[in-house]
Amino acid sequence: MKSTQLFAAPEAARRDDAKRAARRAPVLIAFAVLFALPLSRDARAQDTDRPDPQFSNTPAPTYVIRGARIVTVSGADIENGSIVVSGGRISAVGASVSAPAGAQEIDARGLTVFPGMIDLGTNMGLVEVSGGAPGSVDSQELGEINPNISAIWSINPGSSHIDVTRVAGVTSVLSMPSGGTISGQAAFINLAGSSPREMAVVPQAALVVEFPRIGGGGGFAAFLAAQQGITQDALAQRDRRVEELRRLLRDAEAYGRAEDAYAKDPKAVPRPETDLKLAALVPYVRGERPVIFRAEREREIRAVVRFAEETRLKPVIIGGSDAWKVAPFLKDHNVPVILDSVLNLPLREDDAYDALYENAAKLQAAGVRFCISTGDSGAHVRDLPFQAGMAAAYGLPKAEALKAVTLYPAQVLGVADRVGSIEQGKLANLVIADGDMLEPRTNIRYLFINGRQIPLVSRHTILNDQFKDRK
Amino acid sequence: MKRLLTLAFLLTLACAVASAQTRGGQARAGGAAQDTLIRNATVLTASHGALPATDVLIRNGKIVAVGQNLKAPEGARVVDATGKFVSPGIIDPHSHSMMDGSVNECTKSVTSMANTRDILNPTAIDIYRELAGGTTAALLLHGSCNSIGGQSTTVKLKWGHPAADYPVPGAPPGIKFALGENPKRSNFNVPGLQGRYPATRMGVEETIRDAFMRARDYRADWDDYRARTARGEKNLIPPRRDLELEPLVEVLEGKRYVHSHCYRADEILMLMNLADEFGFKIRTLQHVLEGYKVASEIAKHGAMGSTFTDFWGYKLEAYDAIPYNAAIMTRHGIVTTVNSDSDERARRLNIEAAKTMRYGGLTEEEALRLVTLNPAIQLGIDNRTGSIDVGKDADIVVWSAHPLSVYSHPELTFVDGELLFDRQADIARRPALEAERKQLEQAEANRAPAQGGTPPRAPGAIRRAYADDDDKQDVEDNQR
Repeated sequence: MKSTQLFAAPEAARRDDAKRAARRAPVLIAFAVLFALPLSRDARAQDTDRPDPQFSNTPAPTYVIRGARIVTVSGADIENGSIVVSGGRISAVGASVSAPAGAQEIDARGLTVFPGMIDLGTNMGLVEVSGGAPGSVDSQELGEINPNISAIWSINPGSSHIDVTRVAGVTSVLSMPSGGTISGQAAFINLAGSSPREMAVVPQAALVVEFPRIGGGGGFAAFLAAQQGITQDALAQRDRRVEELRRLLRDAEAYGRAEDAYAKDPKAVPRPETDLKLAALVPYVRGERPVIFRAEREREIRAVVRFAEETRLKPVIIGGSDAWKVAPFLKDHNVPVILDSVLNLPLREDDAYDALYENAAKLQAAGVRFCISTGDSGAHVRDLPFQAGMAAAYGLPKAEALKAVTLYPAQVLGVADRVGSIEQGKLANLVIADGDMLEPRTNIRYLFINGRQIPLVSRHTILNDQFKDRK
Repeated sequence: MKRLLTLAFLLTLACAVASAQTRGGQARAGGAAQDTLIRNATVLTASHGALPATDVLIRNGKIVAVGQNLKAPEGARVVDATGKFVSPGIIDPHSHSMMDGSVNECTKSVTSMANTRDILNPTAIDIYRELAGGTTAALLLHGSCNSIGGQSTTVKLKWGHPAADYPVPGAPPGIKFALGENPKRSNFNVPGLQGRYPATRMGVEETIRDAFMRARDYRADWDDYRARTARGEKNLIPPRRDLELEPLVEVLEGKRYVHSHCYRADEILMLMNLADEFGFKIRTLQHVLEGYKVASEIAKHGAMGSTFTDFWGYKLEAYDAIPYNAAIMTRHGIVTTVNSDSDERARRLNIEAAKTMRYGGLTEEEALRLVTLNPAIQLGIDNRTGSIDVGKDADIVVWSAHPLSVYSHPELTFVDGELLFDRQADIARRPALEAERKQLEQAEANRAPAQGGTPPRAPGAIRRAYADDDDKQDVEDNQR
């Protein structure tokens, strides 16, 4: 099989998805029963003939959102504008647009429309309850080198994290595997849909690498070496693992060339023996898709950037606690950073108390490409706006803070042609709120994902409704 | 070993730099509280609404006046807070900050003899970081390892002061209880580690019941002894003092607050029933993530609730947690607070409070009270702190913007009138600290041997307390 086919969501993958869907049918029915009551109640409250977004294999309706302040993020704000949503996309936006006949009208006077927020650092749908329920944890595979595993196949569309997160205005996330050296491939998903396939924007969007570091990854031996303070051994362990990674990437390049040669002339060239790990790496070693490296400290960041340049990868740093220290370096090398540590405690006891609050502002001032992420497995991804807000409390301009959770993550991942701002042609992932989306006191009034109106119902609103008036 | 010592040297360096920061804190504190007039702020009192364009006068560590056009006493520091906001200092009713080493005495199911007050580390950098987030006081709790844990300490974050200055004078004593997964150790099963009773919620109930039956008997023994002594009986042998049971007797007598970690509705009801049976009250239910399911029962028992705003799902018993919990409990008449249980979250409890306006529709003042006046009530220190009222301790934060806005940050934090955090001073001090760090790194003693430092002294052979031929023989025998 050609590697290019393998990654273009081919027929095989679709068949696989169908099989999974069949296996999951009883679960879906159970889910439907569980949520039938609150969903239908909500549907009555909002509009009655809207198709249920949980089962969205129906044509997306047409909406016109009127009278809103529109924060496009990519361009100027529109003080009193309208947006037409049809076929899942933003089909028009402006101060005055003509709505197609039959469009459902959303009166958004006094409200503000924002693009849905995006978090690139999650394990959404891979972990339900991290403590005490190992059966619900699918984020970390055994083994060190797992480029051939993909988050998209294990994302649970029924996870309560998904509805809890989207009603807070986060409409898309990157869901990443973790652990090992090469953790696997991350999926970029919308937080709506009844199957991973429906949710997927880019099923295999990035490769996740835990760059070898002392005491991190590399299994028990590396851990032990670092714990015992055996510096030379720990260094040697790390170097050996970096070398293994380098060799693997070279092999993947060679594998890609062999595949191409075979494709060009299958009669003369012997068919390369299939290697799923190498095949999975081909688009990444060709720089076609980003590789996300976890790196926090100055030295790790520099090492990752040098390694990625040497191996001709397209690197993205996730973590970046010390990125402010190497801002000019990151700028020079044009390497973007997913900051998932705004609210972390400073790395060192003697760091300034606001070192990580200020990190984003310093990167922005230095012209480094960055975005803000919660780095949370799923349950707390809804805090994304407040992390951006905290960065703004410590120097990041407010408009930049908003971009840091909308347009910038889309650009960092290379999906800004589809999401991240309110522009004609982009997916209609829209949040309509009664105030600044980054403020905790703001209420979200309407939510659209993939052009479908999503009820503002979650496991939490259901439990709230059930108990709030209990005597 | 040599490598270990190098590591030790690096640690020493880290400590040296950290203590430099500590000294900075002391210098900043400037000794006794200077009188201060904060001018023209929006004052969020937490007790009687928001006061626009208002002055607050601090003298001798107390709030002595709140009003317009107040006069600054001679020598007073004057803060122009035009456009800024003043709030009471935030009180974190569930903290483990500055607790040196482990917060859990985990070896027994009842460790009421252990006391958090014995392990306060006044140089923990978290204190300063929390002051920089507007937090001025905290309830330091023992961990949740056992059904009945150790005694708690109510402190003000008196950065730059010795440990003895931290506990709030006159604050009622407390003790930690814990229910559910943690005391039954269900998420802490390490292969090879022996289990510990209890391992079920049934066992947790029984452990607490057993302890209070013993405490009741113990009190009866002492009552009996005292009565007989009072009657003039001679040569009586007093009961043996029991440091485990004494704090529980105080609980039975209403002299010590019970702060109980709990999650599920069933265990919340269990504890309140048990307390009712023994005739005491639970002061606060901590976490109480399913409090919203049994809010009426909690209100009826008279317990208060201290919860997370929206932290959930990290274990099974936290899976039904909802961010509306604080609002539902508040609406049921429960004095409710939001806590951190985290050195990180303790730096931004204002934002945790603000979220309850979205989740449950609390008003501004109700939200602010969750982290100011209400925790003061829960800890029994509302007579002296928790709101901006004349006569209370000057525990005050000056914010750059409304503290319920995510865009705000503290500019100044006062504890007992002492300015313990000043953002501008902190920023101004950074170049000097950076230079000091560089200098320390260059110091001969702090350089690794490879960079020209003196190799650390290797320890000699292990010294024995005594040595004789028998010992030598023992060693040889052992080696065989």
